[in-house]
Amino acid sequence: MAAGAASGGSATTDTYKEARTWLLLPAWVTLCILILAPVLMMLVYSFLTKEFRGGVIWEFSLAAYDQFFFDRGLFGDDPPKIEWTYIAIFWRSIWQAGAATLLSLVIGFPTAYFIATRAENMRPVWVFLITIPYWVNLLIRTVSMKFLLRDQGPLNDFLINIGLIDSPLHIVNTNFAVQLGLFYSYLPFMVLPIYAAVERYNFNLSEAAADLYASKWTTLRRILLPAVKPGVIAGCILVFVPSMGSFLAPDLLGGAKNFMIGSLIEEQFKGNAGNWPFGAAASMILLTMVLIILMIFARQQAKAEKSGG
Amino acid sequence: MKSFMKNSAAAMALIIGANAAAAEGNLVLYHWFEYIPQDLIEKFTAETGINVTMDTFDSNEAMLASLKAGGIGTYDVSVPGDYMVSIMAGEGMLDTIADGELKNKGNIASEWADPSFDPGRKHSIPYQWGSTSFAVNRDVYSGDIQTTDILFNPPAELQGRINMLDSQGEVMAMAALHVGIPQCSNDREQLKALNAMLIEAKAHWASFNSDTAKEVLVSGDAAVGQIYDGFSAKAREEGANVEYAYPTQGYIAWMDNVVLLKDAPNRDSALKFMDFLLEPENIAAVTNYARYNAGVNGVEEFLDPELATQPEKNPHDKVGPGVFIEVCSQEVQAVYDQIWTNVKK
Amino acid sequence: MASTNFDIKTYPGFKAVTLLCLIVLYAPLVVVTIYSFNASQSLTNWEGISLRWYADVFSGPESSKFKEAAKNSFIIAIIAATVSTSIATLAATGMVRGGKFKLRTVSFGLISLPLMVPEIVTAVATLIFFNSIGFDRGIMTILLAHIAFCIPFAYLPISARMQGIEDSYEQAAQDLYATKRQAFTKILLPLMMPGIISGFLLAFIVSLDDFIITNFVKGAGVETLPTAIFGSVKQGIKPNIMAISTMLLGVSVVMVTISYFVSKKDNTK
Repeated sequence: MAAGAASGGSATTDTYKEARTWLLLPAWVTLCILILAPVLMMLVYSFLTKEFRGGVIWEFSLAAYDQFFFDRGLFGDDPPKIEWTYIAIFWRSIWQAGAATLLSLVIGFPTAYFIATRAENMRPVWVFLITIPYWVNLLIRTVSMKFLLRDQGPLNDFLINIGLIDSPLHIVNTNFAVQLGLFYSYLPFMVLPIYAAVERYNFNLSEAAADLYASKWTTLRRILLPAVKPGVIAGCILVFVPSMGSFLAPDLLGGAKNFMIGSLIEEQFKGNAGNWPFGAAASMILLTMVLIILMIFARQQAKAEKSGG
Repeated sequence: MKSFMKNSAAAMALIIGANAAAAEGNLVLYHWFEYIPQDLIEKFTAETGINVTMDTFDSNEAMLASLKAGGIGTYDVSVPGDYMVSIMAGEGMLDTIADGELKNKGNIASEWADPSFDPGRKHSIPYQWGSTSFAVNRDVYSGDIQTTDILFNPPAELQGRINMLDSQGEVMAMAALHVGIPQCSNDREQLKALNAMLIEAKAHWASFNSDTAKEVLVSGDAAVGQIYDGFSAKAREEGANVEYAYPTQGYIAWMDNVVLLKDAPNRDSALKFMDFLLEPENIAAVTNYARYNAGVNGVEEFLDPELATQPEKNPHDKVGPGVFIEVCSQEVQAVYDQIWTNVKK
Repeated sequence: MASTNFDIKTYPGFKAVTLLCLIVLYAPLVVVTIYSFNASQSLTNWEGISLRWYADVFSGPESSKFKEAAKNSFIIAIIAATVSTSIATLAATGMVRGGKFKLRTVSFGLISLPLMVPEIVTAVATLIFFNSIGFDRGIMTILLAHIAFCIPFAYLPISARMQGIEDSYEQAAQDLYATKRQAFTKILLPLMMPGIISGFLLAFIVSLDDFIITNFVKGAGVETLPTAIFGSVKQGIKPNIMAISTMLLGVSVVMVTISYFVSKKDNTK
């Protein structure tokens, strides 16, 4: 998806050139009103003043961003220091999303490769097998994962019964549980682009390398990986970006203590905090980070296409 | 495509129909989770023909935030705790019940008829009252539990196995009891001590969760949980070997109240619902379900006899005072918010 | 060709990882399906097969809530998918058959915006927007939000399909004096159907699946299946939730099978 965005779509003919504006108008209007305008309104809100007990006052203020970046002590009158709290939450989100991406890559790459090297008529069946779970509600998948991993859950029962462990493994409410949940949430986004790239890969190159006595793993590293790199990068982006802002996996699997950005933002609107301008500011910062990542990616992709073509 | 169009037209008609029906015979309730038996709601509907829809919340603060964020004008009644009733009244979020509008108002027990948080019961009626402290799994820890140290300075067996309520009011009030300072103190040294104590204590906490406060005790995911007395009783009845503590430093007392919200879309239904909950038999059903106490005269004959001997309701004789949560000034509240952020990060 | 370079293509352990991957993907769903038939009240003890939790979903204490939520979910998903698929079909025609134009990249960016903006951000923005214009939250706000974020999901399969159809068919029709409108409705649309159906199904499932945005913009007492389920599981997983999950799993498998066969037909054409 993001790959398409980077290259701006492809071939076009001009059969309906005259009607173009009218054909695109409904999409423009809907998306401008329901996505673009709201994002701009959110930007405005991030510069408003918080009312004492929730709600906003229409007065310009930098308080939300100040709260995000500066620590003015318990009473708000110390000289400002850098506030690490929210940076740490963002950092944790990046770290967790990164770990989940790595996990998805380590499992997803061999899987995608394995599928892409099956006989041609079997490949859709394998893809089908990988994607079926993703038609099931994300919430239900996350809850199922939690049920499976609980201290008294089936996984621990199973491991104890076969004698592998004596006491249940604590998995729920740990960082690892969140990473596993994120991995489980977005894995196909990793597998599918890599699969597409490997499928296009010309195996004569590997053969040539083998003829030159390159070992298999050298071939993988030096020949195959560079060739499928765009697919790998696309997969990583497609897992990393939604993981960063995710809410369900950290909330259900991590307990409220392994706070990520999504939970921080949610709490400003639905939870105890009730600080709309701050929630809007945190959302803007998240959005900015994601757009920067996507832009870097688009550049890379364009470069790869140029050098590849 | 044609059949899609037809389907969507039919669905559209349903939506419009649903909105039109909202004008009469409905009640939109904003309530705590797991706090009213479904049978009782069905009984209300059977008696009055009023359809009840319910949203739930898990802390007073979350409810306030949501009502502030456009919820006013869409809900009829809510069930805030004592201190939250005064906050909401101060914010002008409550409608006034005129004299004579509630025919069962006389049923309110005299000790709850004129509380400081709502003098003269102008906006609210009693729902349930009880206490908040914490419960300890006796399989895990057998030592003395009648101290707030269990939450804030726990013994090694309990470290890392504590669930706290995700509720600023309850955590801060309990912490003030532990440190031994007045609630909402504006003394800088005391506030600093409170902050320092909480930051040390949170290293031992596993999670902040109100919804799962009972479940984590039953499943064994937590060995200690900050919890309400009735919820602790339910955890015990569901098989957890937990004991509810009454710390010598004190514990939190509370009363939840049904309030009439400002701009309630179905004001008459709301009043009928309040009258319904002032019938001893009905409010007793809530008490039997939630294991707290009613604030209405004449409930005794309808109560489950086991309630009287429920250990969660019978403090030992060295128990500290039961204190209600206080409403802090804006300045102190700002510091409390900062401390809360420090604790939750 | 497979036999000659089989060795070069195969890496030891890749098959094992793939199998591990499938186990991880399916284990939670299988476990929940099995436990949904558990006769026991408790989650952990197995007391034999029973359908009591399925009965509970339809007649238990929470049944009215879940029925209402399911009705809302399906109404919203049908309307949102229909509207967004229509908008996406027109937009795809404009993009793929509209020649080169200045705003093309911008238009594409706008259409894929809901995919690039993290869901929680869209949720916050939409809540703030409806609140600031004084639009009361309810089923309508959910529907509008769903229509917007379903557009790219409907658009992608549709435009992919359209790029695969040469416009010579429409040109031929026009050579035979068909109007452009006729060329569009009589030639292009029927050819597009597999793409449109995939787009519709994708939008439908995305709408049915959505939790975060719905949770932010829903109004008093309005629940969809995901928000109702979330409300229940917050206090712990209950067997009736597993029964609902299993039924939703069934619905999803049916949908994915339909879309699989539609796309397969598409390939063999």
